[in-house]
Amino acid sequence: MAVCIAVIAKENYPLYIRSVPTQGELKFHYTVHTSLDVVEEKISGVGKALGDQRELYLGLLYPTEDYKVYGYVTNSKVKFVIVVDSSNTSLRDNEIRSMFRKLHNSFTDVMCNPFYNPGDPIQSKAFDSIVSAMMVQAC
Amino acid sequence: METHEEKPIIYTMENKPIVTCAGDQNLFTALYSSLTQQLPREPMEWRRSYGRAPKMIYLEANFVQFKEELLPKEGNKALLTFPFLHIYWTDCCDTEVYKASVKEDMQRWQGVLRLHGSVDWLIVVVESDNKKKNKTNILPRTSIVDKIRNDFCNKQSDRCVALSDPLKESSRSQESWSSFLTKLRTLLLMSFTRNLGRFEDEMRTLREKRTEPGWSFCDYFMVQEELAFVFEMLQQFEDALVQYDELDALFTQYVLNFGAGDGANWLGSFCQPVRSWNGLLLRRPIDMEKRDLIQRGEASLLDLRSYLFSRQCTLLIFLQRPWEVTARALELLHNCVQELRLLEVSVVSGALDCWVFLSCLEVLHRIEGCCDRSQLEANFSHTVGLWTYATEKLKSLGDLCGLVSENGPNSEDLNKTVDLLAGLGAERPETANSLQSPYKKLKEALSSVEAFEKHYLELSHAAMEMYRAIGRLRSARLVGKSLAEFYMRKGDPQSAENFLLDSLKSYVSESWSLPLTHTRRQIAECQKQLQKMDEYLQTSALLASDANLSDEERKHFCQEILTFASQTAESEDPRVALSMSSFTQLHELRFRPASALVHVGAVLQLELHLCSLMPVPVRVEQLAASVHFAGEQPGTTAQKRAAQNPDGTVTFPAASPVSASPALELCEIQEHSPSDNALNTAGVVCKNMHLLMRRHDSTTSLDTPITAPSALAMDDGAQMLKAHDVTLLPGNNSIVFTAPSQKPGTYTLRQLCATVGRVQFVLPHIYPVVQYEVYSQEPQLTIQPLTENLLAGLPQQVKFTILTGHYRVKKGDALQLSNTDSMPVLHSSTCTARILSSTGELVGESALSIQSSEKVTSISLPLTPPYHTLEFLLDVLCHIPSSPARVESEHLTNGQISHRARSRARFNSGMAVIDQKVSVDCPWSIYSTLVSLTFHVPFKVKHSLLSAGRRKFIQVCLQNVSDTNFKLTNQTLAENQHTPSLELLSLNTKTHSVVFSQQCVFSVWELQWSGMPPVSLQCVFSASFAPADAPDSALKPYSYEFAVERVSTLYSVRAEIRPAAGEQHCRTGTLCRLEVSLTRLTEPNDADRSDEEFSETEGLRTSRLMYEVIDNHSNWAVCGKSSGVVSMPVAAMATHKVQMEIMPLFAGQLPFPNIRVFKYLPHHASVVIQPDTDSCLENDSLSVLDKALEDQADTASLRSRGSVQSLGEQQPRGVPMPKRQAFGPGQVFNGTQGRQVLVLPGTDHHVLEVNVT
Repeated sequence: MAVCIAVIAKENYPLYIRSVPTQGELKFHYTVHTSLDVVEEKISGVGKALGDQRELYLGLLYPTEDYKVYGYVTNSKVKFVIVVDSSNTSLRDNEIRSMFRKLHNSFTDVMCNPFYNPGDPIQSKAFDSIVSAMMVQAC
Repeated sequence: METHEEKPIIYTMENKPIVTCAGDQNLFTALYSSLTQQLPREPMEWRRSYGRAPKMIYLEANFVQFKEELLPKEGNKALLTFPFLHIYWTDCCDTEVYKASVKEDMQRWQGVLRLHGSVDWLIVVVESDNKKKNKTNILPRTSIVDKIRNDFCNKQSDRCVALSDPLKESSRSQESWSSFLTKLRTLLLMSFTRNLGRFEDEMRTLREKRTEPGWSFCDYFMVQEELAFVFEMLQQFEDALVQYDELDALFTQYVLNFGAGDGANWLGSFCQPVRSWNGLLLRRPIDMEKRDLIQRGEASLLDLRSYLFSRQCTLLIFLQRPWEVTARALELLHNCVQELRLLEVSVVSGALDCWVFLSCLEVLHRIEGCCDRSQLEANFSHTVGLWTYATEKLKSLGDLCGLVSENGPNSEDLNKTVDLLAGLGAERPETANSLQSPYKKLKEALSSVEAFEKHYLELSHAAMEMYRAIGRLRSARLVGKSLAEFYMRKGDPQSAENFLLDSLKSYVSESWSLPLTHTRRQIAECQKQLQKMDEYLQTSALLASDANLSDEERKHFCQEILTFASQTAESEDPRVALSMSSFTQLHELRFRPASALVHVGAVLQLELHLCSLMPVPVRVEQLAASVHFAGEQPGTTAQKRAAQNPDGTVTFPAASPVSASPALELCEIQEHSPSDNALNTAGVVCKNMHLLMRRHDSTTSLDTPITAPSALAMDDGAQMLKAHDVTLLPGNNSIVFTAPSQKPGTYTLRQLCATVGRVQFVLPHIYPVVQYEVYSQEPQLTIQPLTENLLAGLPQQVKFTILTGHYRVKKGDALQLSNTDSMPVLHSSTCTARILSSTGELVGESALSIQSSEKVTSISLPLTPPYHTLEFLLDVLCHIPSSPARVESEHLTNGQISHRARSRARFNSGMAVIDQKVSVDCPWSIYSTLVSLTFHVPFKVKHSLLSAGRRKFIQVCLQNVSDTNFKLTNQTLAENQHTPSLELLSLNTKTHSVVFSQQCVFSVWELQWSGMPPVSLQCVFSASFAPADAPDSALKPYSYEFAVERVSTLYSVRAEIRPAAGEQHCRTGTLCRLEVSLTRLTEPNDADRSDEEFSETEGLRTSRLMYEVIDNHSNWAVCGKSSGVVSMPVAAMATHKVQMEIMPLFAGQLPFPNIRVFKYLPHHASVVIQPDTDSCLENDSLSVLDKALEDQADTASLRSRGSVQSLGEQQPRGVPMPKRQAFGPGQVFNGTQGRQVLVLPGTDHHVLEVNVT
């Protein structure tokens, strides 16, 4: 389903990034990092209506020949980025949205863990398994 | 809506809905121009089926002559050529003519229309006044129109319209035009609705058949496009676009279904290999070539997509939505690439790149063509994607055709290039004249290495500029990075370096480790080629410690450093300083001892735990920490070492993500005043405020500079902690340093430097602050009592503590205690000394040898190393001075300084205190140490002289003021002068007594003498005492010396109270007689004579006495004179009687009033008080008389206090006033003391006074 899922801290360093093992990890890191440009552009709210400000889903950040990059930002400005294969046409906006919702829920669980220090890389197994499920599912 | 310049180039704009005209052609020709002009003037509302929103529409029409061929045949679905309305024009106003020819013609026309099923027709009757005038005989109104309506329009009267005087400028003509046009428009719209509705229905039916085997997408495409054309013709671009979008979606769905295995036959034609990749063509409104291909079913996928997009693009530009074009273009290009992949269409490698490249540029050119520069600049975010895409594609083309390598293309590459160029075909005529066409660009770029580079750089820079302009720095840097890769392949590391460093910056600042590693590796390669050794080594160090790299790579980079390090230096600055952070990571520093506080010369070890990040063991020749030394300065701000844990460890913080905010670092601060070291201020200071108070951006700027590793410099501190030849294994290592501690002061670790050959790894700042302190201490001797209070008179233990400090106790060193008589040192042979180390551990014990000589007591000390503690106990005894007030002046027996053991009476604790100073000569100092010991006298003794007539008694009261119980024996009183006739007779019954704490023991002796009574007595009270639980052998003597003056009784005072005459008893309220008789008991002896004042009158020696009767208790009222002066003859048993009247105020047994007697000194006598030779006198004579009486019981204390003011001082000197002087205790015996007399109540019995007390 997704080929890469990343959680990026407010300060733009990666808290969690995982990609399918078959393809170059490095490439996804570059892709996700570059996508932050668009995320910032969207967050900065140029031309964003007031009503939309509660909308966390940022939509398609940018397409490349091979991948589509989607973004989502939590209220605390933690960014989620999901990269899907362009050839995977079964994924519509709704599916992406629900993936982000799932991711956000799991991330909230991670943050609720009293032993987790906000800002540290996420090492939660529960979170990991949610991400794994998204990467494997329907692929 | 539409600019007029654009109109001619758009082919479809020439199309207008066709309206046929039959009937009178001349008539129509005359009206044609005004008709075409007026028809589009006003909009009409177009209500549409399927719930589509109504639209206002301006209608235009193409009026053509009616021909039967124009009517569509059965099955012809062409809409563009479809006549929507048929109009029959006639100006016939003659019924005859109408009947004869016009009606027939109309019927034929109607017949043809009916044959083709067309119901959209209109008959226009043009009425003209000119014609009517000619035929006046005919009914003027409604005849022809009505006839026509009758004949043709059954129930459709609106199908026939009269137009009156169309060529005249009259209001009637205007009106008639207007209603005609409205009708015309309405009918046209009705026709549109009907015919388009029918068309759409048919189209839908066709679409539903798409699952049938023979269905062809191309056919359907043509049908739906027809609809789009019509909408476009009606200027309904939105609707037209919808048609194309539907086609697009349908096709996409088919491709997807094909991918999912559900192939449609017709799709096969699109799967043919791609032979032409000449890109999009957006300069024509309709690309007829491609359209023909589609119509013929010969189009390839790219052809179809290109054609579809060109149509969409055209419509979007009509709709003034150019930025949607760019977005759609990017999507289309991505999509096409995916679709070709999905359909497994065979494509020459590079062909798609060409197609995409050309298409990108074509779209950009098209957009540039319809927007001005400022619009373009404001919308870089929409175009930059295409620029980047084009750049990427050109790059991959360059790679493919060997244009990027240093050597240029080989023959194989050239063949590929030729193939690719062939697929481009010939340049299209539209762009043939343009110098900058995409086609020309691509051809040129592929033609030579230089041209490629030029074009590639141009594109890359354009993309980067745009990214920067819209603030997408990360994207810009990524483009820069690929540009750097290009330069590296071209063998131009110089140009590549800056791009790489730039992108490295953003990865460092945002801690993206994987891109960081990758970029850094590229930088390493670049720096190596540039021979920037320092930078290369630094990068290598970082890479060698990078966990993202494989072991081999890390080893390689590590080896690079080690190889360099082992080379001999050729330049004058042989050393290369690198940052230590890449080499090792400090974990913890542990002080031994944990306090990090040692004395001078002591061993302080620092154990440094660090983690080597190198993949192989590294032998470090020297690991050195430079130390900053600050000498001891009392009074300066003392900072507590906050970072140091109590267990003596300093934990270095682990490297955290750069952007995370640092933790609060607080430390305690105390400021002491330089003069007396008292605490002035205390506070808490935040040490890293500059970091915390920094403005926090919600998004970290990518431009934050990274610390340049080149700025490392090793300060050559004077002091160093060094460890030589350490091999750092990968992972955790522990290194022990021995810290220098030669000088007292604070040592702060500043830098750390590991030297490996020519390479030094330097940590410029050790953080948190690591400090240790070295102190120096003078030897110190303290003597402390073992118990809370030292008691005088008993052996007491005192503790000697010697802190050796920097002094080493050598053999033969001894403490010399100067002996004082009042405090001998009692030494026993069992005295041992304990030697303790500075940490308080017992090191050893040894016996002390104590030698006493007459002057000094010498205690030879055992050998003790510096900074140790020597402890031993010593018994001392402080003699209680027999007379507490006596001042002793003693010379020290060792004759150095004269000092005296002073005893001061302190009354705060009830204990007299003796401060005993001991002078000790210590071996480390030429000066003696004076140690003060405070002893407490356990007893307080008072004495008093008691008289009974001539008999005398001495009472001694001994009070135990200490907290210890004592037993007391052998209380004796002795007279010092051994007067022969004097005897002291003890009246005490017990010889042993126990005196408890805070209790008293009284002893009484009677003084007996024969002959002359003693004038004064020097007495010594002595007793033995010991703690109540001690054996008798521990008894210690106690003595108390005192003197008693004027022992003998000079006068006796007697008094009688007699009731009034005739009464038997005294009564209250009645006067009684007081008779006082003063009797001289002895002749004054010589000693007394000096004491008394005598006067000689008429040969009789007399002394003057003053008496005074005072009743302090208000029992008596003295009536008349209460005092007087009498002259007493100086002879034994001389008596003087005085009488006075007193009145009792109460009834009962009343004590006698006080009768006091003083010496009377007349005013002419010398005022100056004679100085007393006896020390006793200074204290107890000349006291205020009243006070002397009251304090009679407390004479001992009065004496020692000696602060009672004398009379003489109270009065101004030189004023001749008579004076009275009190007698000493015992000189006057008052026989009335304690006597009482019975007083009866007064005669009036009716008043009874009852005192209840």
